[in-house]
Amino acid sequence: MTDSTPSRYTGTAIVLHWLLGLGLVTSFALGLYMADLPLSPQRLKLYNWHKWAGVTILAFSFVRLAWRLMHKPPADLPMSPVQRGAAHAAHNVLYVLFFAVPLVGWAYSSAAGFPIVAFGVLPLPDFVPVDKALAQAIKPWHERLAWLMAIVVLAHVAAALKHHFIDRDNILSRMWLQKQ
Amino acid sequence: MKTSTKTYFATVALALLASTAMPACAQQKLLPAQSEISFTSKQMGVPVDGKFKKFDAQVAFDPKKPDAAKIALTIDLASASLGAAETEAELAKPDWFSIKQFPQATFESTSVKALGGGKFDVAGKLNIKGSSRDVIVPVALAQAGTNTTASGAFTIKRLDFRIGDGDWKDTSMVANDVQVKFKLSLTGVPTL
Repeated sequence: MTDSTPSRYTGTAIVLHWLLGLGLVTSFALGLYMADLPLSPQRLKLYNWHKWAGVTILAFSFVRLAWRLMHKPPADLPMSPVQRGAAHAAHNVLYVLFFAVPLVGWAYSSAAGFPIVAFGVLPLPDFVPVDKALAQAIKPWHERLAWLMAIVVLAHVAAALKHHFIDRDNILSRMWLQKQ
Repeated sequence: MKTSTKTYFATVALALLASTAMPACAQQKLLPAQSEISFTSKQMGVPVDGKFKKFDAQVAFDPKKPDAAKIALTIDLASASLGAAETEAELAKPDWFSIKQFPQATFESTSVKALGGGKFDVAGKLNIKGSSRDVIVPVALAQAGTNTTASGAFTIKRLDFRIGDGDWKDTSMVANDVQVKFKLSLTGVPTL
């Protein structure tokens, strides 16, 4: 490992990648499930968990972005320019969505008149006014952006698996914690 | 002769009664458009505000004679607004306000204690959903021209009135404490 061209991601980047990946998949599944539930204490609980998870992901995404900007990622593996372009574009879109999806969800919650109180104890500020019409306008965008993220994540996973199992270029080892 | 004497005394007695009783009985009038009754509950720590759009008050109140005061409020529970349509529909159901069976909540004062500086403690009975509880409501009066604004806040326990029954009894989801805030605008209240 040299400073200029590391062969793998840093330990912190790896931990953040898998932790946030798990958080995003779980929050997405929870969001899909809870949206169709009838009003009940269960639904109320899941909505709050979803919001708490969302703002936690948002906070860690800032850490992740800062880390990414301060630490050089490993060099690209040999691949066609189209593949390389697609991979980087997907990463960039994902980084934008890491912020956009939770922020739009937060805005919806605020506009709907339900300010977020993280973990039931930490009230977060509203950055949009309480406005029913605004809430209705924002709502579909949280869902659309989340679906866009799901699609890009699927493409990202499919590409990684293709590299690993078809190209056999051992790409996953760059994002896997090294055995000590 | 006897009858007319009787009538005479009765008339005088009535007139006397009227002259002494009238000022205390003078009804004050509520100005609904300038009045508000709101409530705040907490759902997993999240404050959720609601308000009642329809209510009425019968007030006989002279700040100088708090002992003679009579304050009664009637709140139309179906007029509750909670911001979200689905929660409003839920509120009408038997687990919450059970509006079909108990369309109104009432408050009736039993005693009023002057605390000085335009502040009063109004004790009375609050009746919601068939349950009655004694409450003490702190009220502050502010007068401007002919209008008097009575405002204050107090906290009730929702489970005292079986509001949020069944699955909703869990106070870690919806807190037991509900804060009620009011601002009642009245005309005809004698000066402080």
